Amino acid sequence: MSIRVDIEKNFGSFRLETAFEAENEVLALLGASGCGKSMTLKCIAGIVKPDRGHIEVDGVTLFDSEKRINLTPQERMTGLMFQNYALFPNMTVLGNLRAGARREKNKALREKNVADMMEMFGLNELKNRLPAQLSGGQQQRVALARILVSSPRILMLDEPFSALDSHLRFRLEQEVREVIRRFGKTVLLVSHDRDEVFRLSDSIAVMNGGRIEAYGGKHEVFRNPRTRQAAVLTGCKNISRASALGDGRVLAEDWGVALSLPQGAQAKPCIGTRMHDICAGDGVNAVDCAVVSEIENPFSITVMLRPVDRPQAVPVGWEMPKEEWARLRAERIRVCFPPENLLTLEE
Amino acid sequence: MDFFPLYNSLRIALISTVIIFFVGIFAAYYIAKAPRMVKGVLDVILTLPLVLPPTVVGYLLLRVLGPKRVVGRWVLETFGVKMTMTWWSAIFATTVVIFPLMYRTARGAFESFDETLAYSGKSIGLSNSYIFWRIRMPYCRQGILAGTVLAFARALGEYGATSMIAGYTPGRTATISTTVYQLWRTNDDALAFKWVMVNMAISFVVLLAVNMLEKNAGQSRHAARRGGRAVNVDSSRY
Repeated sequence: MSIRVDIEKNFGSFRLETAFEAENEVLALLGASGCGKSMTLKCIAGIVKPDRGHIEVDGVTLFDSEKRINLTPQERMTGLMFQNYALFPNMTVLGNLRAGARREKNKALREKNVADMMEMFGLNELKNRLPAQLSGGQQQRVALARILVSSPRILMLDEPFSALDSHLRFRLEQEVREVIRRFGKTVLLVSHDRDEVFRLSDSIAVMNGGRIEAYGGKHEVFRNPRTRQAAVLTGCKNISRASALGDGRVLAEDWGVALSLPQGAQAKPCIGTRMHDICAGDGVNAVDCAVVSEIENPFSITVMLRPVDRPQAVPVGWEMPKEEWARLRAERIRVCFPPENLLTLEE
Repeated sequence: MDFFPLYNSLRIALISTVIIFFVGIFAAYYIAKAPRMVKGVLDVILTLPLVLPPTVVGYLLLRVLGPKRVVGRWVLETFGVKMTMTWWSAIFATTVVIFPLMYRTARGAFESFDETLAYSGKSIGLSNSYIFWRIRMPYCRQGILAGTVLAFARALGEYGATSMIAGYTPGRTATISTTVYQLWRTNDDALAFKWVMVNMAISFVVLLAVNMLEKNAGQSRHAARRGGRAVNVDSSRY
């Protein structure tokens, strides 16, 4: 139960070039819109034909430019769920599921598969409704059921929660997690939401400009995003250009501070630190800062800091629980950037 | 009152509408998917009969189908059938004239189709013909129906090309429109008026039908909006 992808496609100004593998796991493609993540799913599903490369699912070659293999979308058996769920508007819930079950030629078995799936997704009460009469969450359930009843080899979810109101997302995420668990095979998840990706996936490939910039287990990718864009996508909000100083430290140019890197780390063109990774007090990389502004979040506070002697510097965000700031609150404060929390990043 | 012209007009309009239903949809489906350049050129050529005077269409048809012209002579020699001046000759005229109406409305409908429906249909294993007849056509139903009805109405009223290729022979090739002209020319004003009323009544009903179709399309669009679906069912262009 695995997938191997290595494809290239030119779109004039945009070039998609991606390679990854996944086996019985949830692999998330994380990226901003237009980075090629949805296009990658379309290439796997056979909707878009890559210029070059190889796509293999469960040992079956779906596409190979050298061997001139290019299976039709129908033959590929890859279940792709679109952002808008793409339910057939002229068919009821039952009709949509029956359409999904048509690969099964035995009629009795087909009806049984549909009935089982209706049961499993709790759709029996909705079976005679049209998609337009369903809520967003119900539509998603029908879309998932329709795909699973078609017995796909892999499941591909393209921004599964983007069409939903934010208060529904978390609940539906739990439903999707359960579906993924029961499916038990490889799942590709496309999203631009780092929290969603972190909660649902095992591995993450961060895409930018048609390429994969960081790829690995989710903890590893969040700990070491490797590139500026990957850091941004994994939620790092403090990023500065950096240049090496002779003494083994780097100068964070935008922030106007010189920082020691963790042992063995090489200076790279950018440096970043997450907003909650800054600490108050003295230590390595301590800087006297002025408080530029305080931004109150629902359950935390973000304090924007700038070195006292650098009035032109870009402020650094520091996030902490409200109680902590109530205790520390001052116009000037000494903070430190612990070296182990610094991310050295490629441009 | 001899009702042959009504019967003849209806059968000509019906047959040409059935032909153009399939030909127009076929052309619309493939041209909607064609590259921009090809689309632009084909679009101009296929829409031409809509703006050409019907007499020009009639002239061009006679150039091709006339008994002394290439196709006309071949058919006459091979099958012994003359392609002009019969009741069914008018079908050639009406099909050419109504083709752009069907083609353009159907193409508009196909272009508003949400392709992700077709993609997701394919990826769950549905055949292309199933997707076409069971998903794409129902989705575009309003536009295609409106196009069909409009084409039928136009076919019923075709005069110029019809009179050139089928002529006016009472009881054989006479249609409502050629009869009205003939009656007016021979000063039979009372009968001409009756036929005018018949034609107006039919056109009225047909246009009413088109309007009702559009209204239904609007309602189903609103229903879709209420359901919060991201799919756009655009019928306003018909």
